[in-house]
Amino acid sequence: MGQLAGDDPAVREQAFRTIIDTGDAALLASLDEALADADRATCVAVKPVKDLLKNKLNLASDSEEARRSAAADLGTSGQLSAVPWLEQAAAKESSRWVRYAMEESAAVLQLTAGDEPAKIKAASALGSLRSQNGLPALKDLAQQLSGDAASGAAGKPVLLAAQAAIDQIELWGTWSNVFETVFRGISLSSILLIMSLGLAIVFGLMGVINMAHGELMMVGAYATFVTQELFRSYAPAGLFDSYFLVSMPVSFLVAGLCGLILEATIIRFLYGRPLETMLATWGVSLVLIQAARVYFGDLTAVTAPAWLSGGVQVMVGVYLPYNRLFIIVLSILCVTGIYAVLFRSNLGLRVRAVTQNRNMSACLGIPTRKVDAYTFAFGSGLAGLAGCALTLVGNVEPGLGQNYIVDSFMVVVTGGVGKLAGTIVAALGIGSLNKFLEPSFGAVYGKVLILVLVILFLQRRPSGLFAIKGRHADS
Amino acid sequence: MSADATDRHARNGAEGLTFWFVGLFLLVILPVLNVLPGEDSWLHVSDFTLNRFGKFLAFAILALGLDLIWGYTGILSLGHGVFFGLGAYCIGMHLMLTIGKESVYGSDLPDFMVWNQVKELPLFWKPFYSFFVAVFGAILVPTLCALLFGYLAFRSRIKGVYFAIITQAVALSAWLVFNRNETNLGGTNGLTDFKQILGFRLSEPGTQRVLYVITVLALGGAYFLCRWIIQSRTGKVLIAIRDSEQRVLFSGYSPSNYKLFVFVVSAGLAGLAGMLYVPQVGIITPAQIGVLPSLEMVIWVAVGGRGTLIGAIIGAVGVNFARSLLTNYFPELWPFFIGGLFILVVLVFPDGLVGLARRLTPESLRGLAQSGKPAPASEGAAR
Repeated sequence: MGQLAGDDPAVREQAFRTIIDTGDAALLASLDEALADADRATCVAVKPVKDLLKNKLNLASDSEEARRSAAADLGTSGQLSAVPWLEQAAAKESSRWVRYAMEESAAVLQLTAGDEPAKIKAASALGSLRSQNGLPALKDLAQQLSGDAASGAAGKPVLLAAQAAIDQIELWGTWSNVFETVFRGISLSSILLIMSLGLAIVFGLMGVINMAHGELMMVGAYATFVTQELFRSYAPAGLFDSYFLVSMPVSFLVAGLCGLILEATIIRFLYGRPLETMLATWGVSLVLIQAARVYFGDLTAVTAPAWLSGGVQVMVGVYLPYNRLFIIVLSILCVTGIYAVLFRSNLGLRVRAVTQNRNMSACLGIPTRKVDAYTFAFGSGLAGLAGCALTLVGNVEPGLGQNYIVDSFMVVVTGGVGKLAGTIVAALGIGSLNKFLEPSFGAVYGKVLILVLVILFLQRRPSGLFAIKGRHADS
Repeated sequence: MSADATDRHARNGAEGLTFWFVGLFLLVILPVLNVLPGEDSWLHVSDFTLNRFGKFLAFAILALGLDLIWGYTGILSLGHGVFFGLGAYCIGMHLMLTIGKESVYGSDLPDFMVWNQVKELPLFWKPFYSFFVAVFGAILVPTLCALLFGYLAFRSRIKGVYFAIITQAVALSAWLVFNRNETNLGGTNGLTDFKQILGFRLSEPGTQRVLYVITVLALGGAYFLCRWIIQSRTGKVLIAIRDSEQRVLFSGYSPSNYKLFVFVVSAGLAGLAGMLYVPQVGIITPAQIGVLPSLEMVIWVAVGGRGTLIGAIIGAVGVNFARSLLTNYFPELWPFFIGGLFILVVLVFPDGLVGLARRLTPESLRGLAQSGKPAPASEGAAR
């Protein structure tokens, strides 16, 4: 112990080795004590040793995150003596992804510092782990060995093993990329879907495209923001995270109420004049955007509740954030809810009847105007819910709805009127296509390409994916 | 029926008279008032005002085209900003190239290309060294784009709300593409900093005066073209398409060909408007061709009164005049104003200012008393 503070570098080195090899984490405290009045150079020299010991200590920590980051740190330390620690810890480890990190680090260490059979073993271990972190080390090794290979066949088996591992990892990388793209596509589609469903139901029922739909979404997002602020000021601290549960119904109701007002004051008077309705609702959207800008300012953000931050790792290299998963679940719930309302409730029965034949429904005593109003409010509420969900992944700003509105119009046009299945398929299709085209074409040309595809698609099916079959003179 | 015909005749007469009067005012009186009276005379029209009117009148040409397809044929296009922009960019590219060595960086290339480190002029810029290519291109490019898009859209019988949505998506896409730097169209900053046109300095009041007169003449030409189309047999079919496309189809006409024709004409007029706009205003950016400007164009027509050519002109000039006043004094209020205008026009004055004026003239009041119904409105324009 006294040697640590000694002046002779060789002696000091020897002391470090002993400490590392015995790997006694209990030494950490006494190490600190011994170094209390050491000079700066010694402290700098001792730092890696201390880190090593601290990480070793952390391998047995209670916190999963601490164990994991300790394992990752050890992997980059280059100290071969850490391998048995990692292996022992891995054997005891219960969490799958921490164990993964430990095995990965052990293999990386062996690959960089071990002897030849250990390297081969480590390379194949990394390969079967599909370790992205091991990839740079493997590539370095392969490059170095293939340089050496010209002079002799010394490192041949190692080179082969490394090459095989690299191939394995890269193939896996491609697949996990595809998987993540699909996931992002689905989560984008989910928001689009919640939004377009409201739009599509109203369009199917009343033939009206509500250009202010995006702004109702914005209203939902701001309702969430206001709920959060209210919770922040008035609710007890422990309850803050539950604001989001409250804000979902709030944003649905607020946006629904706005829809009801919009219907009663403007849309009601424009039945049978869909183009004028578009213009008037566009006017409403301009007014709403400017009102939000004047009142709330340009940019605000909602803090996602703690229970929605973080994520879950499902496979090597595939990490799914909770907030996006939540949005997907929410959209599934919405679709289920809409189906329940449309096919299991009285209102739904009437909505379907009026959608099919307005005059006949009126003759049979269905109050069509009331049905219109409720449906419009319901569709607007869905937009509000979409806005609430959107706060989890983006900022709250007055122009929020504008980013999604054209996409959701495209969904309605592509999906066709009157069948929800069309809207669902179209939303999934357009959302995923957006994300798939983005890497190779860029976001802008991806969007343009989608538009071209939609126009070409409408050549073959002018009334969308799932049109209601029937003898309509004016379809 | 005959009463309706005489009514229409009287209206045409009144409209014709208004037209000549306004034409005289715009073409002769305004420029003369700009040149003759001294700076401090109350009759003096400043260079700025004249230039501003030139801009409004360029917009009016576009509004005429839009009225042709929306007011007369019942097709709502929310993408006319794109055709306007294509025309504007064509002439803008020519003006960029004539800047030559006068540019900030003293290079033959336009400034933004120097920023973006484009070493050589892209191939599609080269024809625009020629003024005539630029002028013809400004009309031809939008026309051809409209032909292609219109062919695809009308062939598959996209109409009504669907057509409006698709054209809006086109406007959005065009806006996105023009905003990109790699398309070599100046990105977000657009094309600007022009110096001369055909050797005349754009900063000279004289050049601007000539441009103004050309704009008025072009507007007159566009007006006659539209009126000629409306009064021809084709025009009758167009109006019939607006009122009931099915019946037109069943009577043996092909509505899609007529619609394509009128769409192409209106795109050409939009291109012409863009071409006249750029040298007078001195800048064209993607912000002027996106979704919102395209919608505002529709509102010009609605405010003036769709289905009447004079209404389109009045609307374009009036709304833009209000805009330049309001954005000057109360910039925050402008979105409220234009949004409110959208709602108000649609809900309360579906026939715009012209419709309002017509409702207030003595003849129509008499007509109202006799027939018990309001002055002929463009019913069914929605379908």
